[in-house]
Amino acid sequence: MSDMLYEAPGTLRAALALLSGANGKARVMAGGTDLLIQMRSGRIEPELLVDIKHIPDLRAIALKRGGFQFGSAVTCMELIEHEAFARAWPGVIDGVKLIGSIQVKGRATVGGNVCNASPAADSVPALIAAGALARIVGPDGKRDVPVEDIPTGPGKTSLASGEIVVSFILPKRLPRSGDAYLRFIPRTEMDIAVVGAGVNLTLDRRGFCTLARVSLGAVAERALLVSEAAAALVGTKVDDAALRQLAAAASAACRPIDDKRGTKEFRFKVAGVLARRAAEIALQRAGRKN
Amino acid sequence: MSTMIKYEEKDLKVVGTRPLRPDGVDKVTGRARFGADYSLPGQLIGKVLRSPHAHARIKSIDTSKAEALPGVKAVVTRDDFAEMPVEFALSGELTVNFHDVTRNMMAREKVYYDGHPVAAVAATSESIARKALGLIEVEYEVLPHVIDVLEAMKPDAPLLHEEQYTEGVTPRPDKPSNLAKRMVFSRGDVEAGFRQADVIIEREFNTKPVHQGYIEPQACLASYTEDGQADLWTASQGHFVIRSQCAKVLQMEVSKLRVMPTELGGGFGGKNNIYNEPLAIALSRKSHRPVKMVMTREEVFRATGPTSGANVRIKMGCTRDGRITAAHAELNFQAGAFPGSSVAMAAMCTFTRYDLEHARVVANDVTVNRPKVAAYRAPGAPIAVFGVESVIDEMAKKLGIDPIEFRLRNAAREGTQTYYGPKFGPIGYVQTLEQARAHPHYSAPLGPNQGRGVATGFWFNIGSETSSTINVNEDGTVTLMIGTVDVAGGSRAAMAMMVAEELGIDVDKVRPIIGDTSSMGFNFITAGSRGTFASGMACVAATRQAIDKLRQRVAQIREVPVEAVLWKDGHAVPAGGEAGQFAPMSLADVAKVAGRTGGTIAGHAEINAQGAGPGFGTHIVDVEVDKQTGLIKILRYTVVQDVGKAIHPAYVEGQLQGGAVQGIGWALNEEYVYGDDGVLQNPGFLDYRVPVASDVPFIDTVIVEVPNPNHPYGVRGCGEVPIIAPMAAIANAVENAIGIRLCEQPMSPPRVLKAIDDAAGAKA
Repeated sequence: MSDMLYEAPGTLRAALALLSGANGKARVMAGGTDLLIQMRSGRIEPELLVDIKHIPDLRAIALKRGGFQFGSAVTCMELIEHEAFARAWPGVIDGVKLIGSIQVKGRATVGGNVCNASPAADSVPALIAAGALARIVGPDGKRDVPVEDIPTGPGKTSLASGEIVVSFILPKRLPRSGDAYLRFIPRTEMDIAVVGAGVNLTLDRRGFCTLARVSLGAVAERALLVSEAAAALVGTKVDDAALRQLAAAASAACRPIDDKRGTKEFRFKVAGVLARRAAEIALQRAGRKN
Repeated sequence: MSTMIKYEEKDLKVVGTRPLRPDGVDKVTGRARFGADYSLPGQLIGKVLRSPHAHARIKSIDTSKAEALPGVKAVVTRDDFAEMPVEFALSGELTVNFHDVTRNMMAREKVYYDGHPVAAVAATSESIARKALGLIEVEYEVLPHVIDVLEAMKPDAPLLHEEQYTEGVTPRPDKPSNLAKRMVFSRGDVEAGFRQADVIIEREFNTKPVHQGYIEPQACLASYTEDGQADLWTASQGHFVIRSQCAKVLQMEVSKLRVMPTELGGGFGGKNNIYNEPLAIALSRKSHRPVKMVMTREEVFRATGPTSGANVRIKMGCTRDGRITAAHAELNFQAGAFPGSSVAMAAMCTFTRYDLEHARVVANDVTVNRPKVAAYRAPGAPIAVFGVESVIDEMAKKLGIDPIEFRLRNAAREGTQTYYGPKFGPIGYVQTLEQARAHPHYSAPLGPNQGRGVATGFWFNIGSETSSTINVNEDGTVTLMIGTVDVAGGSRAAMAMMVAEELGIDVDKVRPIIGDTSSMGFNFITAGSRGTFASGMACVAATRQAIDKLRQRVAQIREVPVEAVLWKDGHAVPAGGEAGQFAPMSLADVAKVAGRTGGTIAGHAEINAQGAGPGFGTHIVDVEVDKQTGLIKILRYTVVQDVGKAIHPAYVEGQLQGGAVQGIGWALNEEYVYGDDGVLQNPGFLDYRVPVASDVPFIDTVIVEVPNPNHPYGVRGCGEVPIIAPMAAIANAVENAIGIRLCEQPMSPPRVLKAIDDAAGAKA
């Protein structure tokens, strides 16, 4: 590691100015739980670290126009401990809870999890299923982008140079809605998803599914929004036949690789199994009075 | 002096209790100093350049650019180390050959594995050292490589060592090969035995290499002086053996090298050998500065010893009433880059739990392009036993005999002749089986997709060279100097307890420390479960010598014959009868006047402990299998083991639990994953999956105590037996749960799910 500058600006404007002056040799740091490991292993050698944890707006969780919005530097534990958010989006919390240990979650952020762009990131399929938007601010102003459009491949995002994800915006929660995220790991914790599945659905008064979103992680170069799988649920009572179709559509959407974490064949099968199990939990949560 | 002290039954006050360990407070407060915690003023940081190739000839190494980098103080390569002839030495349970040791620590003609050291740099900072590694130019001629053991045994396989002709076969082969050595252990007439069998089962098993997985990466600090002396701090299982190996490869006199032990963050057999130590000394010699070297986790995985991956074939026959008539095994073990795997140990443990008239084990030691394997807790035994105990389970099932009953019908007992050599003395195998059968776990109900498995293990345990010293301090407290590293199992506590028992004082009056190599006689490595057995015997011998001196001193002070003085409950008391009466003296009373009545009182012992007691264990495990994902969950686990005598039962239980957990990791998820390029793909704890705490239930333990007649307190040693049975026990439980016998380890979810799908396909 050669000389490196660390800055912790207190305003977004100052952070953007630092990034624009750094010619692409800067990295944005939120929790740092991925970044520091990459630096220590020599994979990246940034000349400037811009720590965004000291920007108050990026640390806030708020209800705006009926929907939740939270800053990209909110830590996982802060989100988990926010009771109203956790009640509205238990599936997002399922994902956030799986990021590292409690100690890691005390530092790690959802913003970092999304921008690190691991195809196996646990909060990402849950956010995609939730229909979350990411608010991005950069030299050319502000834009809101669906989370599924942020990671483009392992370690790569659609962010332009100098841009920062500042917050995540979730839609207003409709009655009779529920979401869930499950991941498969061979251990019980402290591991990385071999397959991840997030399901979010809304029922009408008669119990028919009116809206559904399904997302899969770790089965392609980035987390996928699987509309065919969602379509299998809409208009049904999320019965066994619909769940079978959901599982088949989820498996069909995978484009996995064989790697040290699992085989292709395994990921195809387990994607379907987990999508179904996540849908069953989401269904049960939607049926709860909230 | 006679060095062997036999077992005597007596009332115990300290042995068998559970005091806090002497190293406990330092460890929970962070004060304990492990290898990486030592530093010296002016020290440099050493780093190693490693081969990116699995197999290549080194055409040239140019270090000039690295040497020119400001801050770089020394660079060493093969040119800095002498050629070593073929010369063997014991290192833990395995044997090393210095011709290969020197090549493993620093490549000479060829690199043999991804991660093989080719150069080392010492610089004023770690970042400069890293930068310097990038400036070293190595020209390689990349050669074809071979990773798999069966591939390596094929006649046309890429050859690692051009001069390697298989030992142990006649006539000597006319071509070199990767099969370094073949050994055969045999008793009776196996073919005749199979002719008597009503049931014959033959199966093939495969296991992957697994790493010892110690938490503390190898770390050392070396300081070489201008007059040719060196101090070395290193985290090892045996500082005397590290000293021997370093002195040999560096061509130093042994007395000029002093090795200080550090606290050890786990070893499990993986810290018996030198890696960075001679490089650090050589860099210090060249730079005239102390040099510290700490491995990264990636280096630990790529270059320090895992145990062998293996291919195992087992064939066993038995009569209808469950009596084994013949047993045959072929063990093909990966040795890694250089010969010398644990296959011989594995061969001797394969069938040893059973009383067999006809048995044969063929053991093949095979070189492949992987790191040279190191010992790992009961080296080799779990691999062979996985196969045998799976076949036993299948035979019992086929005959409708309870698996524990089947084993009891064939169990080794006192007087059983083994197929590899000795006849057993008193052993507790049958007791472990009987206690397992009587345990509530064995009859507890099971739910759907749940199953129960049983398996058993045997390990020799060893003795060997050991020294120990006790010094009685002026206030009557005692300092105990031990020469066997406490590999974190709590052996220091056990030694202090035996000394306290002998002296008749409280254990907190005895402070045990680990001496350095210059402060006491030679001690072999802490390996083979020998620590509490051998070092315990040396501690008792040293204490008894001190007690003799105490009695003589009291006899002199009280003016009675020494025969009149008895040592009892921490006091010199009259022996009774006609011998003479006197006022008793406590240890503190004698210590207080020791200086002016002839000098301080000490005892020491230098022994080669013999008569280690074999250990046996029986494991019961319950699993649940998720048939849609292939995930195996361990629901309940019980270890029943004969330990001879548990000096400190809590630390014995810790050994039984730790061994079982490492075995569970081996069974479920741990494996080295290589790419087609021969490069290790998972050199880190994220993707090399050891169990985390929440993966395992509380491991229940039952301690069986059949005393070893060759130890004053009956100790056998207990650390290795518990890793032997888990793989087989879990595989048997999975078979019991879902009716599918898994013969490949690890039983990771992708493998299990594929087996479930294949079985469903076969039925359809």
